[in-house]
Amino acid sequence: MKFLEYKAKAIFAKYGIPVPRGVVAARPEEIHDPPLPCMVKAQVLVGGRGKAGGIKPAATIEEAHAIASQILGMDIKGYKVKTVYLEQRLDIEKELYLSFTIDRSAREPLLIASAMGGMEIETVPHDQLFMQHIPTLIGIQPYVLRSMTKRLGLADHLGEQVEDIARKAYALFRKEDAELVEINPLVVTKGGKVIAGDAKLVVDDNAEYRHLEYAKLDQDRTALEEEAHEKGITFIQLDGDIGVIANGAGLTMATLDVLNLKGGKGGTFLDLGGTDDPDKVAQAFELLIKAKPSVILLNIFGGITKADTVALGVKKALEVMHADVPVVARIKGVNEDAAKQILRDIGMHPAETMEEAAELAVQVKRGGV
Amino acid sequence: MAVLLTKHSRVVVQGITGHQGQFHTRAMLDFGTKVVAGSSPGKGGSKVEGVPVFDSVQQAVDKKRANASIIFVPAPYTKDAAIEAMEAGLKLVVIITERIPFHDTLEFIPYARTKGAVVIGPNCPGIITPAEAKMGIMPSHIFKPGDCGVISRSGTLTYEIVNAMTQGGFGQSTCVGIGGDPIIGTNTLEALELFQADRKTKRIVVVGEIGGTAEEEAAAYIHKNVTKPVVAYVAGRTAPPGKRMGHAGAIIQGNMGTAESKVKAFNDAGVPVAEYPVDIAKLLGQT
Repeated sequence: MKFLEYKAKAIFAKYGIPVPRGVVAARPEEIHDPPLPCMVKAQVLVGGRGKAGGIKPAATIEEAHAIASQILGMDIKGYKVKTVYLEQRLDIEKELYLSFTIDRSAREPLLIASAMGGMEIETVPHDQLFMQHIPTLIGIQPYVLRSMTKRLGLADHLGEQVEDIARKAYALFRKEDAELVEINPLVVTKGGKVIAGDAKLVVDDNAEYRHLEYAKLDQDRTALEEEAHEKGITFIQLDGDIGVIANGAGLTMATLDVLNLKGGKGGTFLDLGGTDDPDKVAQAFELLIKAKPSVILLNIFGGITKADTVALGVKKALEVMHADVPVVARIKGVNEDAAKQILRDIGMHPAETMEEAAELAVQVKRGGV
Repeated sequence: MAVLLTKHSRVVVQGITGHQGQFHTRAMLDFGTKVVAGSSPGKGGSKVEGVPVFDSVQQAVDKKRANASIIFVPAPYTKDAAIEAMEAGLKLVVIITERIPFHDTLEFIPYARTKGAVVIGPNCPGIITPAEAKMGIMPSHIFKPGDCGVISRSGTLTYEIVNAMTQGGFGQSTCVGIGGDPIIGTNTLEALELFQADRKTKRIVVVGEIGGTAEEEAAAYIHKNVTKPVVAYVAGRTAPPGKRMGHAGAIIQGNMGTAESKVKAFNDAGVPVAEYPVDIAKLLGQT
């Protein structure tokens, strides 16, 4: 679950991390009492807003209105700006960087800090990064914070504030089940205060049940992906035209890859999982048909999956949706032969292997079958 | 010998009374696994598929000398179940459950290390040593005893590949499904160490996928330390960046975790990478 900046900042504030004052608006008329002078910031779930013209200063309320109307509705890397955040402008002395992520290889949280904030962290030279793993069972120790501020070259009164912010950000990271807590820039003001200039927060989807209040957040999903998410189906829209559905994430990825090698391009990633319940298969197929594929490629490798009931689900979905999209299916599992017969009866194309199925799907699309 | 699991392993099934637990207990017994006990809080004293059920893992250890656990409990309770198994002294804990919060895994995996326990998974199909035992959910009939060790981050894709191996005459010493999550108890490199040390294993198959750098680290390790032939497959060559491809761990972040990077790392280490999953069998024929 990704958070818009202003929502992330509200959570930061809850944990005692200093954030600038701000107001949010979905329409210019909603802006009444912004902190002036302010920055008008597009709220989108994608980085690089500044460069795209999504962050601009305003000195008066009139200016704030004018700029907000410019930014609202803007398209930033495919994301439409639905809200703006008008935030107190900071007198910046210095910009730092601070984040907590999960290091998969070390299987531990990783603290990264740098005196070179305000730019993409990937572009900061390695020797300018302070990196420290935090043993999850121990937590963040004072010496780690001391070494960090020393490395950042901060005067005592600033170092103390940064240490305090890091401690609170780590508490947030753990308690909110975060995958990423990033403050970039972490601003040192001319007045000697340290404050979060930006806020990035990503919370683990698997922990949604512990944070039900986040389940309603707008995510960067297409309408169909949103529908799938609500139904608990793993579904991603891709830029090809062949609807791919398989069982298991690895096999679905491999099916897309094989299709590509055979000259086709997948339009969906749909992981049916371990089910052979015809209703669930039908539900998944309905979603797939809504994505308007030119051909559907179904690839099931089931040890205990009943192939015939999967085929019945396919038949049912095509009937319910009155769809005449061709289906190429490779279903390996119990009662394979019965499954093939069901598919043939409704004019679909059974295949023996995934390679053959992918090739057939490309042929059918080209009108060769 | 085989890796991690043999016919002598004494297995307790945590969550044996659930639908999955019960179904796979039957399948594991049929395969020849010594499933000596089940555990399910509050259900002690009952039996599932003839296997005695206890309220705690400790009782299963005390009464039935269980020494390995397979966990089927729902995600919110998995951390509790895993810690319980480790506290009871079990040295092998296989976690089938998927969608466990990362922060739970971040706690029980380091804890396992302090207890000297090996964790396989989470979000994995388990381990199988053909003709000996199975702690997992994979379809038994596609496996055949042999000398190939298999390491995989995936479930059904592994079955596809193993099926092709078996049909091509390449049986398996042990197949370890290490799991599709970003944080797993035993990673590709650690599984390689086990197979390199196993006398029964003559060749190794690695089934990787996009996300993280496990394959790159494994390739570097192979280059330096593995004397047995290794062949690989990498899923997700056509996956778009920034999207989680079903598995929580299968995501390209920035320029990290791409299939190209993994294929290149394997090739640089002298490991041939199959273009099609079934080509694994052909590559094994050339080893």
